[in-house]
Amino acid sequence: MTQVKETHQKSETAKQMTLIQAINDAMRLMLEEDDRTVILGEDIGKNGGVFRATEGLQEAFGEDRVIDTPLSEAGIIGTSIGLAVNGFRPVAEIQFLGFIYPAYEQIMTHVSRIRMRSMSRFTVPMVIRAPYGAGIRAPEIHSDSTESLFTHMPGLKVVCPSSPYDAKGLLIAAMEDPDPVLVLEPMKNYRSKREEVPVGKYTVEIGKGKLVREGTDVTLIAWGAMVSIAEKAAEQAEKKGISCEIIDLRTLYPIDSEIIAESVKKTTRAVIIHEAHHTGGLGNDIISIINDTAFLYLRAPIERITGFDVPVPFFSLEEHYLPTPARVVEGIEKVLHF
Amino acid sequence: MEQYYPVKRVIDDKGFFVDAEYEKQIDEQLVKKLYSHMYRIRTFDRKAINLQRQGRLGTYAPFEGQEAAQVGSALALNDNDWVFPTYRDHGATLTFGKSMATTFLYWNGRVEGCLTPADRQIFPPAVPIATQLPHAAGAAWAEKKKGTKNAAIAYFGDGATSEGDFHEGLNFASVFKVPVVFFNQNNGYAISVPIEKQMNSKTIAQKSVAYGMPGIRLDGNDCFAVYFETKKAFNHARSGNGPTLIEAVTWRKGAHTTADDPSKYRTEERAKDFVDPLLRLELFMKNYGYWDDAWMQSIQEKTTREVEEAVEEMEKFPPPNVEDVFDHVYAEMPAQLAKQKEAYLAHVGRK
Ligand SMILES: Cc1ncc(C[n+]2csc(CCOP(=O)(O)OP(=O)(O)O)c2C)c(N)n1
Repeated sequence: MTQVKETHQKSETAKQMTLIQAINDAMRLMLEEDDRTVILGEDIGKNGGVFRATEGLQEAFGEDRVIDTPLSEAGIIGTSIGLAVNGFRPVAEIQFLGFIYPAYEQIMTHVSRIRMRSMSRFTVPMVIRAPYGAGIRAPEIHSDSTESLFTHMPGLKVVCPSSPYDAKGLLIAAMEDPDPVLVLEPMKNYRSKREEVPVGKYTVEIGKGKLVREGTDVTLIAWGAMVSIAEKAAEQAEKKGISCEIIDLRTLYPIDSEIIAESVKKTTRAVIIHEAHHTGGLGNDIISIINDTAFLYLRAPIERITGFDVPVPFFSLEEHYLPTPARVVEGIEKVLHF
Repeated sequence: MEQYYPVKRVIDDKGFFVDAEYEKQIDEQLVKKLYSHMYRIRTFDRKAINLQRQGRLGTYAPFEGQEAAQVGSALALNDNDWVFPTYRDHGATLTFGKSMATTFLYWNGRVEGCLTPADRQIFPPAVPIATQLPHAAGAAWAEKKKGTKNAAIAYFGDGATSEGDFHEGLNFASVFKVPVVFFNQNNGYAISVPIEKQMNSKTIAQKSVAYGMPGIRLDGNDCFAVYFETKKAFNHARSGNGPTLIEAVTWRKGAHTTADDPSKYRTEERAKDFVDPLLRLELFMKNYGYWDDAWMQSIQEKTTREVEEAVEEMEKFPPPNVEDVFDHVYAEMPAQLAKQKEAYLAHVGRK
């Protein structure tokens, strides 16, 4: 399912990387390869980003291409639109997804619809990167997971890698995409593991999910930081003799309905896991996809294990907000014993 | 523009008067009050950093260097005024009456840390930049509509002036001539971005021109300048003359937060002009005969005790209540949320 365009000897061309290093690597490559690439955002230059995603890039490519902006999300996104329609390929960093809201208007009313409004005369091939998610004991508002606000925005694509390999491949794909792409980066996964990532350029196709574990009894559907929760739950379920299949969606818009349908037809049961709020969450769309594509195969109603309809609590209580493997296992048992 | 907005001072770096206008208004009581509050919040701040390093607090935003700005402005308030702070203004809120233990709790990821005394109107700290400025304008507007003499203060950093909310807040306040003081602490940096890269204007005070309100630039490390100028701005506001923009020029001595490393983006070159506001007041007190070793010792002892007790209170605070995740989202809990709560409590074995 993943498309590695380059095929070299693994030992020479791959490197162990964390997710954040993979993101840095993707931007470095594209800055080298494409003069139109500019990176902009708050603290991304000299400081290398608060998470170090842009570490070393300003040093290497200069202040004209890796730009510390004033503290203004609407300004960052609004000017990126102008840069994009006029020949550049901006990659804008929003420091935390919880601070994207001042730019929401620009994204909703302009980024996502300039192509439509100008009948493709003007287009905005830009990327917005935003770390998101709870579970790292950050101060309030730093932990939002509001991807649905952006999947509910025709004209925009939304991707959400969970692994270093996918992060690099998806970010490069996003930077090469003719349309605007929001890249949601799970902060919790930034340094949680290393894996072999090709040193050269490759892309992971936007709109394609990934089977991360094969199983026969139930399909777990997750993305971002919830993929590892699904994996832990699958291990626990396995001890009870339950075989879980796991799908990492990787792209949230457009969604890979085929991989979902295929898996659910096989397992006949599904549990969706997302840390975003329950109501209006992407889980609902996935249920609709299953209804449309695999309804007659289902042996139980689909379960959703999600965050609650509450603002993400202060960090002393955030563990009670986030889906846990235990809650997922409960969901798995519920669909199995329906 | 800088010449139109000279940095106002009452005392110089060595603690001598430069502006005699205020000499008569300064008495022992005021001097000691300013000093003891500044000493108190500095002790708190250093303790918080230590606790964070020991893993007893979460990420913390220090304010050392900004004590004169925060104490001087907070002491200019009346008890019924409104305060809209950021995450770095707990020195101001402590001075205005928020408790130390509660302030520690906030930094320990406890929502109870937003609670303030019932007789003080202090908003929870604004975490998204500049969003509190329109709130302050609105609260002040309400006071005006109600015909009171109460006013509001909004604290914000230099970086905040780049956000739309800054401009919208100032514009509303001036159009509706509401009693609010916009109190900027220009501490040189917004995380890693120095002021010269944040804005092309030389001062923040000059931005007041666009909104037709007075703009004042003052030495934010001079507690007297801060105190008297903020008082003036409040008098102006309470007399129905509308808002004021104050720029207190100061310096963020340490990191942006305990998760930040300033050696990545700043040289200590600029810090050499910085004069510690507490030291400056101490010099003043020694120059003009206010200093008193025995008094100082009593202040030290009292503060040490208060901080230790606050840490103890924070650490003995009952563990967080799971129900708080759900209980304060709506006045009346919608049925679908009530179901989520019930199911979750059953999951954790609480019901
Ligand atoms: C809308 C928004 N964008 C980004 C951030 C992340 N952030 C937190 S503090 C900060 C810098 C603020 O600088 P300034 O306004 O000068 O205040 P200071 O921290 O220096 O007191 C940034 C970028 C945020 N909190 N809110």
